[in-house]
Amino acid sequence: MDDLLTVLVRGLAQGSVYALLAAGFVVIYRATDVVNFAQPALMVLGAYFTYLFVRPLGLPFPVAVLLAIGAVALIGALAERIALRPMVGQPPFSAAMVTVGLFLVLTIVANRLIGSNVLTVGDPWQLDTAVFAGNVRMRIADGWRIGLTAAAFAGVGLFLARSRVGLAMRATSLDQEVSLAQGVNVGRMFGLSWALAGGLAGLAGMMVGSGGMGVDHTTAFIALKALPVIILGGLDSLKGAYVAGLIIGVAEAFTRANAATLSGYVGSNVDVVVPYVIMILVLMVRPYGLFGTPEVQRV
Amino acid sequence: MSGSVTLRGRPELYTDYAADQALLNTPVKRRVTLLLGLAAVVTPFLLGRDLTTLLTTVFIYAIGALGMNLISGYAGQVSLGHAFFVGLGAYTAAFVGGEATTSLRGLGLELWIWLPMAGLVPAAVGFLVAPIAARVRGLYLAILTLGLVFIGDHVFKEARTFTGGAGIGRRAAAPVVAGMDLSRRQEILGFTIEGATLFYLVCLVLLVVMAIGARNLARSRAGRAFAAVRDRDIAAEVMGVALTRTKVLAFTVSSFYAGICGGLLAITFGVVEPATFNLLLSVDFLAMVLIGGIATVSGSLAGAAFVVLLPRIVQTYAHYMPGISRGSTGGGVLTVFQLEAILFGALIVAFIVLEPRGLYGLWLRMRNYWKAWPFSY
Repeated sequence: MDDLLTVLVRGLAQGSVYALLAAGFVVIYRATDVVNFAQPALMVLGAYFTYLFVRPLGLPFPVAVLLAIGAVALIGALAERIALRPMVGQPPFSAAMVTVGLFLVLTIVANRLIGSNVLTVGDPWQLDTAVFAGNVRMRIADGWRIGLTAAAFAGVGLFLARSRVGLAMRATSLDQEVSLAQGVNVGRMFGLSWALAGGLAGLAGMMVGSGGMGVDHTTAFIALKALPVIILGGLDSLKGAYVAGLIIGVAEAFTRANAATLSGYVGSNVDVVVPYVIMILVLMVRPYGLFGTPEVQRV
Repeated sequence: MSGSVTLRGRPELYTDYAADQALLNTPVKRRVTLLLGLAAVVTPFLLGRDLTTLLTTVFIYAIGALGMNLISGYAGQVSLGHAFFVGLGAYTAAFVGGEATTSLRGLGLELWIWLPMAGLVPAAVGFLVAPIAARVRGLYLAILTLGLVFIGDHVFKEARTFTGGAGIGRRAAAPVVAGMDLSRRQEILGFTIEGATLFYLVCLVLLVVMAIGARNLARSRAGRAFAAVRDRDIAAEVMGVALTRTKVLAFTVSSFYAGICGGLLAITFGVVEPATFNLLLSVDFLAMVLIGGIATVSGSLAGAAFVVLLPRIVQTYAHYMPGISRGSTGGGVLTVFQLEAILFGALIVAFIVLEPRGLYGLWLRMRNYWKAWPFSY
């Protein structure tokens, strides 16, 4: 039972990181109808900036994290202004390919900055663990992952639901032309949603690198796990991103924990495939994911 | 055909549909195609072994790009699973055409069996997957098919008796017809033909056959159904196009092309390693279609040439640029490989932003300019 809970907590923590990344995808998709394949690169940049502010510059960790989030948000907004703004009105796939190009460029930049070493993000909790509820062992980093993600989702949700700017962003995602006619600066909303997504990616980057994991040039691939998550949850649903992130994270953790038993039937490292299998199975039943809005079409 | 009289001096006057839809419907196209064909046949005899192999690779990728264009360009179902079908073709070819060893299974058959099998097995898998894929649209489809790449990657790594396993791979099947290896030096009708040249010609013939096949499919009933599904699927369905059947057909044919591409690609690689068939390969194919020109056969060829030749061009001219180091590590601002990736990304963006019709669109602009010259329109 304790083992079960330990694995569950680890899965929830991993899933929280996926959910946070997926939230970035969802925020951008809702505002601009574009799937941002550059999100992994933004995440790696977030991890790098955290390292940069903590280690070479010697800032306190919380300040460094906030600065890194700000820096990545700025990069996100710039990328939108330079590469994505000219794509307004183009088919969504062209825009998606532009983000693939952006991904290639940003990844090179990030790898160039990181170099061939593994960088630590300088989090204060490192490999510390805590024992709670009898005998359940949990890493401190995992606790922060779960907590910060929940807080971030609550924050983004409140911002979208309650604030004036959030209302404008929701209006933009509903209908760009109508909100333009109502006096919403649609271009600024695009930039803002990219900045928001960049900030979320920056936070996710810190989390990926924390807990003794470090950052190197393969870190970007972790973010690919967010793709099945957004599809499973539904491309335009924040709630979907959170739920699906946790589902995928837990499923992956349990597969990994039982890898020794499973490897006889389906081979080793099957946890890499599990997210996609779950995604395909769910899509067979619900073509728009768990919480996605079905597209209404007129002929 | 009595109706298809083209009047002298009025080459673009068509008096019936068949003449308008003909493969080479203008005299210029006929001449240019003839010239290009001749040039393509003569080229390998003038170039070195290295460049001949490079052009062969272009032809092979072009076959895959045609398949990608059929599904994503003509039928509008953007698929990121192309790399999986290419890999499946490569391993089917290696299994059917390769010899059995202590650790690997193989049937050791000749090219005229393994090449069709390399196409048919992916086509069959595509046929089975398509009904699921036909249920979802747009970006959901792209990421669903991306799942195929990851699942395929896992299967390729685990099915060690077929693929050799991760990091090892297995040797590609030899292109043997009637005991004659088409990638080795051969005496044919008294001429000695180098292996690279011979394989180049084989791939050229295959490409021409596949390209004509794709063009014919595109201008037939099925091709018009593809276009209708791409432009507005619900309207197509209302007008009597069987939606699922059309999508399944597009997937099946596209997978067949991908498989043939994989079988041949394996030969140029020499050893087929599971990690080759990853997301980036799918993105490469998508880039070929986008850079070349969506829903055009000639665009697929141009796009494949562009994407395959770009790394070579960058490598050749990199040392003229300041701050570029030649090795994988080095003191420059960027390495050659990083420069190449950045250029690739930037070019995709530039094409989509500036000329969404791709290289084909550039050609159209150039042609229309000279057609109307000296008037501007």
